[in-house]
Amino acid sequence: MSSLLRPDLEVIASHIAPGTRVLDIGCGDGALLAELQTRHNVDARGMEIDAERVEKCVARGLSVMQGDANRDLAQYPDKSFDYAILSQTLQTSVRPDLMLDELLRVGRRAFVSFPNFAHWRTRAALMFGGKMPVTRALPVSWYATQNIHHVTIADFRELLAEKEVAVEQQWFFSSDKPIGAASANWRGEFAVFLLSRD
Amino acid sequence: MTNMAASKSYTLPADLPLDSGEALAGVEIAYETYGELNEDKSNAILICHALTGDQYVASDHPVTGKPGWWVRMVGPDKPIDTNRFHVICANVIGSCMGSSGPASLASDGQPYAMRFPVITIRDMVRGQIALLDGLGISQLHTVIGGSMGGMQALSLAANFPTRAARVLVLASTARHSAQNIAFHEVGRQAIMADPNWQEGDYYAGAAPDAGLAVARMAAHITYLSEEGLTDKFGRRLQNRDTKSFGFDADFQVESYLRYQGSGFTQRFDANSYLYITRAMDYFDLAEEFASGEGDAKLADAFAGHARGEGARFCLVSFDTDWLYPTAESRHIVHALNAVGAPVSFVELSAPYGHDSFLLDVPALDRVVEGFLK
Repeated sequence: MSSLLRPDLEVIASHIAPGTRVLDIGCGDGALLAELQTRHNVDARGMEIDAERVEKCVARGLSVMQGDANRDLAQYPDKSFDYAILSQTLQTSVRPDLMLDELLRVGRRAFVSFPNFAHWRTRAALMFGGKMPVTRALPVSWYATQNIHHVTIADFRELLAEKEVAVEQQWFFSSDKPIGAASANWRGEFAVFLLSRD
Repeated sequence: MTNMAASKSYTLPADLPLDSGEALAGVEIAYETYGELNEDKSNAILICHALTGDQYVASDHPVTGKPGWWVRMVGPDKPIDTNRFHVICANVIGSCMGSSGPASLASDGQPYAMRFPVITIRDMVRGQIALLDGLGISQLHTVIGGSMGGMQALSLAANFPTRAARVLVLASTARHSAQNIAFHEVGRQAIMADPNWQEGDYYAGAAPDAGLAVARMAAHITYLSEEGLTDKFGRRLQNRDTKSFGFDADFQVESYLRYQGSGFTQRFDANSYLYITRAMDYFDLAEEFASGEGDAKLADAFAGHARGEGARFCLVSFDTDWLYPTAESRHIVHALNAVGAPVSFVELSAPYGHDSFLLDVPALDRVVEGFLK
């Protein structure tokens, strides 16, 4: 496995079976797609809103379309992909709940990763500083951040239960190291979920 | 305009069937190639030219002496690298640079003129496929086209899904809009209003150059952005300090358009302009594949590429192109996604309007080179 990938992307890449079809939504510069395509023989496609990043992806030989996931996922038929991936993007979507529905419509399964707003550093910043947190996981000030829907691991689990979405696997990270599920909502900086819905 | 003998020419062994129901006998296809064809004939790239383009992609134009229209993209170590690829570009049927068109001689020894059958984009593509058959190329590495060339690339992918492994479409559309047709109609009426046009039978005398020049001037405006025109010319006057209070080319932009118009008549046949603009206006890829009831779905045109079984696609639009705006490319991308074809799409930022695909846009070079990897 490539050590250049972010930990959440490494987890995702290592749990995708070869020969499957994958859509990476908000694929950025295509790091995960390239890994999947070259090392895992996956039919990997991407969607990215930023034209310069799309150009970089296409220039490295990846199939990526410039599009807005809030609008353009609608063009894919049901179950077009074995996996739909939404890494570090859920909290930027207009309606994360509807985005989750779309993910599980176009994909048989979905990987979702996000920064946990209930991490102790975030809590501390609010409790003791009285200010919106600027942390390693959330490095941008409140007025400039693209994260318009901050979410905690507990919130996300509640949403999954409401929507009757099954959690197949879950991973949590603190300082890029895996940690257990029990303490994840206060110790976890990032969460990764593998989801499905019958 | 001169009806050139091209450096390479292929005579179709059989009549070419046309969408109109007619068939064209003795069709000549003039073409140019660059780079070597490899042993298993797997490195061929077909470039489809635009409305007033020709086969001289990367070699000097025999009439104007100007460098090929895409030398910045095609050549050794260029994004379309002729050290690696065998690049083919054929003059479309209906045109006037050596392929059969209205200026060609019919069986009675006289130019066809308006007796030439009305052709479509798909007919042009049938000609291209017949040429590939003649060259023994069963599958292209890539078919590439901008503008009308992109229409041909899409039509080729839709009608002959196994003939190209990759499809690259730049600044194009799957159908001509009312606005597109309207601008073309202005051009055609300018040609036909020229007294020299003579119902198309002008080959023995003076050509309708004034009409053709106006057609080119009107079209040329649609190829540029307002911002581009303003940057290049603004309201600056041409070789004078004050307005003439007359109808000379006072403004630089007028002078430029007149120059473009008259230069065009040196290398292009007015009847070809009528036929090719007609073919573009008739183009509606969804309509071609309509099953009858309800709205024609563009996705049906790409059924041969369902579930990633066919070609890889890449579409590029430009943010200042108002002739074939980004929405047209998105429409195609949606249809390709609907059938599960692998498709890349990007809207590039460039100031030159529709013509951006021909001009210095480094991001386009990177996309083209990356897609051909």
